[in-house]
Amino acid sequence: MPTMPLIAYAHVGKTFDAGRVVAVDDVSLDVAEGELLAIVGGSGSGKTTLLRLANRLIEADSGTITVEGEDVRNVDPILLRRRIGYVFQSGGLFPHLTVAGNIGITPKLLGTRPAEISVRVDELLDLVRLDRTPYRDRLPHELSGGQRQRVGVARALAARPRIMLMDEPFGALDPLTRDALGDDFRELHKKLGLTTVMITHDMTEAILLADRIAIMCDGRLLAQGTPSELSKSGDAYVGELLRTPRRQTERLSALLPREGAA
Amino acid sequence: MSIFADPRWGEALGHLPDYLGNHVRVSVAALALGLLVSLPLAIIARHRPVMRGALLGLASIVQTVPGLALLALFYPLLLALAALSLSWFGVSFSAFGFLPAVLALALYSMLPVLRNTITGLQGVDAAILEAAQGVGMTPRQSLFTVELPLALPVMMAGIRTSAVWVIGTATLSTPIGQTSLGNYIFAGLQTQNWVFVLFGCVAAAVLALLVDQLLALIENGLRNRSRFRATLGSVGIAALVVATLAPNLVRPQTNYIIGAKTFAEQYVLSALMVQRLKEAGLSATTREGLGSNVIFEALAADDIDFYIDYSGTLWANQFHRTDIKPRQELLAELKTILAKQNITLLGELGFENAYALVMPRKRADQLGIRTIADLASRAANMSIAGDYEFFSRPEWTALRRAYGLSFRGQRQMQPDFMYAAVASGEVDVIAGYTSDGLIAKYDLVTLGDPRHAIPPYDAILLLAPKRANDEALRKALTPLLGKIDIATMREANLRASGNDAASSPDAVAQWLWEKVGKR
Repeated sequence: MPTMPLIAYAHVGKTFDAGRVVAVDDVSLDVAEGELLAIVGGSGSGKTTLLRLANRLIEADSGTITVEGEDVRNVDPILLRRRIGYVFQSGGLFPHLTVAGNIGITPKLLGTRPAEISVRVDELLDLVRLDRTPYRDRLPHELSGGQRQRVGVARALAARPRIMLMDEPFGALDPLTRDALGDDFRELHKKLGLTTVMITHDMTEAILLADRIAIMCDGRLLAQGTPSELSKSGDAYVGELLRTPRRQTERLSALLPREGAA
Repeated sequence: MSIFADPRWGEALGHLPDYLGNHVRVSVAALALGLLVSLPLAIIARHRPVMRGALLGLASIVQTVPGLALLALFYPLLLALAALSLSWFGVSFSAFGFLPAVLALALYSMLPVLRNTITGLQGVDAAILEAAQGVGMTPRQSLFTVELPLALPVMMAGIRTSAVWVIGTATLSTPIGQTSLGNYIFAGLQTQNWVFVLFGCVAAAVLALLVDQLLALIENGLRNRSRFRATLGSVGIAALVVATLAPNLVRPQTNYIIGAKTFAEQYVLSALMVQRLKEAGLSATTREGLGSNVIFEALAADDIDFYIDYSGTLWANQFHRTDIKPRQELLAELKTILAKQNITLLGELGFENAYALVMPRKRADQLGIRTIADLASRAANMSIAGDYEFFSRPEWTALRRAYGLSFRGQRQMQPDFMYAAVASGEVDVIAGYTSDGLIAKYDLVTLGDPRHAIPPYDAILLLAPKRANDEALRKALTPLLGKIDIATMREANLRASGNDAASSPDAVAQWLWEKVGKR
C-alpha cells in the first residue's frame, strides 16, 4: 500500500467474561486513507467489537491499534472519540434533543460557539439532504427511520472527522431507503475524503458500497480484499457469503427485462 | 346556623400566617436538604450494586419508623450533639424545634428520591449511553446532558412523592417545638376542638396538593421543553415560599416564648400567661404541644422562656428521685436543684395536678375501695388505663412496689378519652389527673395514697436561665402565684374540654382570670 494506513490493527485480541468469550482473536487489518472498508460477518462474529476497539469504546486485551499513526492507548479516549465520527445502529439519537441539538453535540463538546454550530448544522442538513426548516427543530421520534439515520450521519460528521465508523448504519431500513442512503453516503465519503469502516451483515450491500471487504467469523478475520479478490478465495464460508449476491444477480437479470418502466 | 359561623374558624384563620409560614419553612428546608443529600448519593450509587442496596435498605428502614418517633429521636440526639460541640468547640446550637425537625424530615424524604433517581437513571437505554460515549462525552457530560434529562420524569415523580410526605409529616414536628400546621391538630385533639383539627388537616392537605401540582407543572415544562410552564411552576413555588415566609419576617419578633405540654390545662394556662404578659405590655407567643422531657430541656437551653411544670414530675422524672418528701420540703429541695441549673422556680400557682388512680364512685363504694391499698387485692381482676407517659414513669413503678399492684391488663389512651372509658366500664381504673374537670363530670372518685407512693405535684412556674433577673417578667407573672385553687382549675379544665367556642383555651383563660384575678 502506497500510503500509511489510517487505521491499523496488529494482532489484536479481546475476550469478555473473564476470558470465556473470545470476541476478537488475533486480528490484523489495515484501513488505507480514503478507503471505504466493509466488515461482514454474522452476529457474534466480533465485527462490532473490532469497530469499537478503534475509538476505545472497548479496550483491547492484546495487540496494537493505531489511528492516524498514533497508538490509541496513548490518546485520551474522549478526545479520540471526538475526532472520529461514529454512526450507531438505528441512529442512537438522543431522544430529548432536537435534530439540531443532536447534530451539534460534538462541536458543542469541543467548545464551538453556538452561532458557528448553527451554521454547521445547516451545512450538514444540506449535506445529508434534509430540508433545514422543517427538520431542524424536530425531535427524533418525529422522524422516519431513514431520516433518523441521515441525522445520525450528520451528527457523526459534525466535527469534521477524517474517519467514520459505522455500525450497521442502514440495517434497520426498508430496501429503498437503504439503497438511497447507501448511495448518498458513498458520495459523501468520496466528496469529503473520508476513511470509513462500515459494519454490515449484508454481503450485497458490502459489495455495492465498499472498496474492500473484510470477512469475520468467530472473532477471526477470514479474508479481506476487493470483491473480485474475494471471489478467488478458496474459503468455504467466504464462498457461501458470495453465493447469495451471485444467485440474486442471476435471478434478477433473468426476471427483470433490461428495458422497461423501472 | 352554618358551621362556619363558629368563631373558632376565625381564630384558626388568625393563626394561619404563623403556622403555615413555619410549616413551609421547615418543609422546604427539609426537602432541600433531602434532595441535596439524596441526589448525589443516588448518582454515585447507580453503578455500585452494594452501595445501592445498602442505601435503599437504609432509607426503607427509616421509612418504617413512624414519623412522630423519628422526630422525637432527633431531639435527644441533637441535644447530645449540642453538648458535645459545646465541650469540644465551645459552640452550642439549639436542639429544639427547627433543626431536629428539618433533619428528621430530610431523612424521611430520602427514600422516594433515592429510589426514583436510581430507577430513572438505570432506565436510560443502553444504546443511548453508548451514543453519548461515542460522540465523545465524558461520564460527567453524559450524566448531565443525557442521563439526568432522560431520567427526569421518573425523578420528579419521586420528588413529588417526597414533597407530599414531608409536608404531611411536618405536622408531627409540633411536639419537638417546631411550630407547624400540626399545632392545630395537637391543640384541637387535646382540647376537643374539632374545628382546629379539621382546619389543620385541610390546610396541610391543600398545601401538599398545591406544591405537588406546581412540581408537576415544572416537570411537564421540563419534559416538553416548555420554558413557560417550567418558569410558571418555579415562580409558583417561589411565590408560595415568599408569601408564607414574608409575614413571619415582617412581624415584630415576640419577646417571650411560653412552653406548653400536650394537655388542655397547659393550653389554658399558657393562654392565661400570654394574656397577662400582654396586659403588662410584653409580647409573648406560645410553643404548644411539647413533650414532658422536651419542654424541660428546652427551658434549660433557653429555647423557651418559661412554662408551668409540676413538682412531682420534675422530682421523679427529671431528677430520678424515688424518695417522697412532704410537699414544702420537696419544693424547697427542688428549688435548690433547679437553681444549680440556673432555672428559677418562681412559685406555685396554688393547685396540684397529681396523678391519681381514679374509678367510678358507685363501683368503688360497692367494692368498699377507698384507697389504693384497698384496690390492691382486687387489681388482679381489673384493667387499668393511663396516658401515653404514665406506665413508663417512675410513679407507676413506685405505686406497684408500694402496694404490690398487679392488674389483669393495661392500656394507653388519649387522656381525654380515658375518663369516658372508665365511666362506661371499658376499663376498671385509670391513672387520671387530680385537676381534671372530668372527674366531677363523670362522678368518679380519686383513691387515697396512704403509703405516699406518689409525690406531690404542685403546679410551679419555671423561668429559663436567661430570664432569671427579668423584673418586668416577674412582675407580670407574680399575680398568678397562689391564686388558682384546685376547684377553679378543675372547672376551667372542664370548660376547656367542651366542644364549642367558649371552650377555646383563650376563652377559658379569660374566664379563669375573671375568677381569680381579683383575689
